[in-house]
Amino acid sequence: METGKPARKRETEDYRREGLASGIEGFNDRARRAVADEQLHDSIELFTHKSVAGRNAVLDALPEAPELRERAYRIKQETMANLDRYLGQMADAVEARGGNVFFAGDGEDVVRYIGDLAQRKGAKIITKSKSMATEEIELNRRLEEDYAGLEIVETDLGEWIAQLAGDTPSHIVGPILHMNLKRITEVLSRTAGEELPPDVEALGSFARRRLREKFLTADIGITGANFGVAETGTVATVTNEGNARLVTSVPPVHVVVMGIEKLVPRLMDLSVFVRLLARSGTGQKLTVYTNFITGPRQMGELDGAEELHLILMDNGRSRLLGTEFEEALYCIRCGACLNVCPVYRQTGGHAYGSTYSGPIGAVITPLLKGHDEAKDLPHASSLCGACWEACPVGIPLHELLLKLRNQQVEEGLADKAQEIAFKGFESTMKRPVLYKISSKAGRLAQKPLLRDGSVRPLPGPLSAWTDSRELPPLAEKSFRELWKEGI
Amino acid sequence: MRVALFVPCYVDLINPEVGVSVVRVLRRLGVDVIYPEGQTCCGQPTFNSGFFDEARTIGRRFLEVFEKERFDYIVCPSGSCTTMVSHYYPFVFKDLPEERERSEVLAGRVREFSDFLVNVMGVRDLGARLEGKAVFHCGCHQRRELGVLEEPRGLLSNVGGLDLLDWENEELCCGFGGTFAVKMPDVSTAMADEKIKALEKSGADTLISGDSSCLMHLGGRLRRTGHDTRILHLAQVLDDGKAG
Repeated sequence: METGKPARKRETEDYRREGLASGIEGFNDRARRAVADEQLHDSIELFTHKSVAGRNAVLDALPEAPELRERAYRIKQETMANLDRYLGQMADAVEARGGNVFFAGDGEDVVRYIGDLAQRKGAKIITKSKSMATEEIELNRRLEEDYAGLEIVETDLGEWIAQLAGDTPSHIVGPILHMNLKRITEVLSRTAGEELPPDVEALGSFARRRLREKFLTADIGITGANFGVAETGTVATVTNEGNARLVTSVPPVHVVVMGIEKLVPRLMDLSVFVRLLARSGTGQKLTVYTNFITGPRQMGELDGAEELHLILMDNGRSRLLGTEFEEALYCIRCGACLNVCPVYRQTGGHAYGSTYSGPIGAVITPLLKGHDEAKDLPHASSLCGACWEACPVGIPLHELLLKLRNQQVEEGLADKAQEIAFKGFESTMKRPVLYKISSKAGRLAQKPLLRDGSVRPLPGPLSAWTDSRELPPLAEKSFRELWKEGI
Repeated sequence: MRVALFVPCYVDLINPEVGVSVVRVLRRLGVDVIYPEGQTCCGQPTFNSGFFDEARTIGRRFLEVFEKERFDYIVCPSGSCTTMVSHYYPFVFKDLPEERERSEVLAGRVREFSDFLVNVMGVRDLGARLEGKAVFHCGCHQRRELGVLEEPRGLLSNVGGLDLLDWENEELCCGFGGTFAVKMPDVSTAMADEKIKALEKSGADTLISGDSSCLMHLGGRLRRTGHDTRILHLAQVLDDGKAG
């Protein structure tokens, strides 16, 4: 832990700076490095292949999968249309069971609430199970910076290794899929203060020993929520390592940080979502551990935290309600869209420069943070639609990307050269005569550029094509000319 | 049966031989083919880049040109441009009731080439011949928005002398994506390389697709990396492998 600390700070800051500066070039620069990294490519291939194959197998074996997908979409649609009412219902249910509820407008509210709570409790160690909502607001860094003496320990194995390495997750479900065994061994050896063998069992056993100490001495446990149920106030978490159980049952205080979109109206709704989540994310029928936590420990109950705090975090989400982007809130963070995305396959998650990567990251990052911080992301897609096809809730991610591109144009954020080019394109294409003249002019202009049947590498904007691919020339005669001559 | 040809702009200008093969195949089936000469482009490049106003201008023009003609179907040798008309015209015109309705009428009558052959004309075997070992790349719009995947495969499986091979990860995008190819050239090229690796592994000597844009991208990368793979549009294969 201690040895990892300085490195963590430095790398975290670099990452943030890059994330903030990410224009079109930001993604491309990071993607270029990622594409050249063969080890990264192998790691991504291994993970996504396994996930996609597993997902296809379990979904093929579930004949009602298309119907579940449709139902999941409808439930989320209904939830968002009545989100205020359902949030109120959930808050009432949690409070009725003796829990505390806090509505957080943004990350700062969450940090203050947890930091102050920790101070009141005299807490030193906080254990955490995996939570993208807390990654989104950089909760660990901010708590440790603002509240001296507080140690936050991630307990999901992948998240813990990422934390020790000063790294950020590169996948919603597989946070360190970008690391190979060699790198993981390095990180854990540094933490152990001795050389550990590059052996999964030995490393796992070291992690287990070290994490047990933290589990047993933690003062507060923080989890996210895979789902929150309005009618009962239940928080559902799904894990494969069982760490969420230790985080929520050993320390006396349990804090849940839940994005407000994680709500479902009824307990029965989980029969739809839980069946879809593990199948879509990891290719399992069910994760190893599925926990339902309804309020703090009640009289006569044997386990559970004595105190429960439910933080319902907005952080930009409610702005999307009732807009053409509302469907982005239907996401259940299964990661299926990342696994099938041909762009993600080439770049991995860090190229996106955001907590959320892949197609859903390219959609929600600009929506939650604004285009200025993620101008490039809506363009990091070939619009192939594999994400939409894989999404267990049926979010039309490719259409949301298109709408975001349009929003950039409408708000005057599009690249000026591009704007001029498309104005010219529009003006040519609406006039057949101009189209014909332009194509003839193009044929004349390309003559000196032809070489072995291709257009030779060009300078300027077209070099982006010709640097890596041959460009076919315009044909001697267009189809319309051939048609006129008679086919 | 009367068909209005919709020939995408890049087919018109770069691969006119594809349009010629479409005409020949359709005529062989006794279809009366017309070509509305006022057509230019469907506007997809502007649409995909988020320039919806410009896409609407070009889309309006497309509606006018085709509404003037009398035909049973519009047939297009591109899954991608077909989708622009069938799915994304109603999408960009969704807030303009009059144009939305017009675009929906047209959307109901536009068919991708293989979809038209199999599902409208009821043809599975055109008696075509082409010697070779081929893989078929289905463009993403054709696969997902249109759901026309079995039609081209079925047609190709009946081509005499042609061995249609499976290839790894065949559902992956080729990396073209319109302006994506030049906005994100490194990723786009890496995507093409993954397809080419799978193509090499399959042992195919011919690459076939229903979209000339995918072929331009994969072909451009194949040629740059020294491959002599034969590259054909589905229409050319059904026209006995003619290159024009």
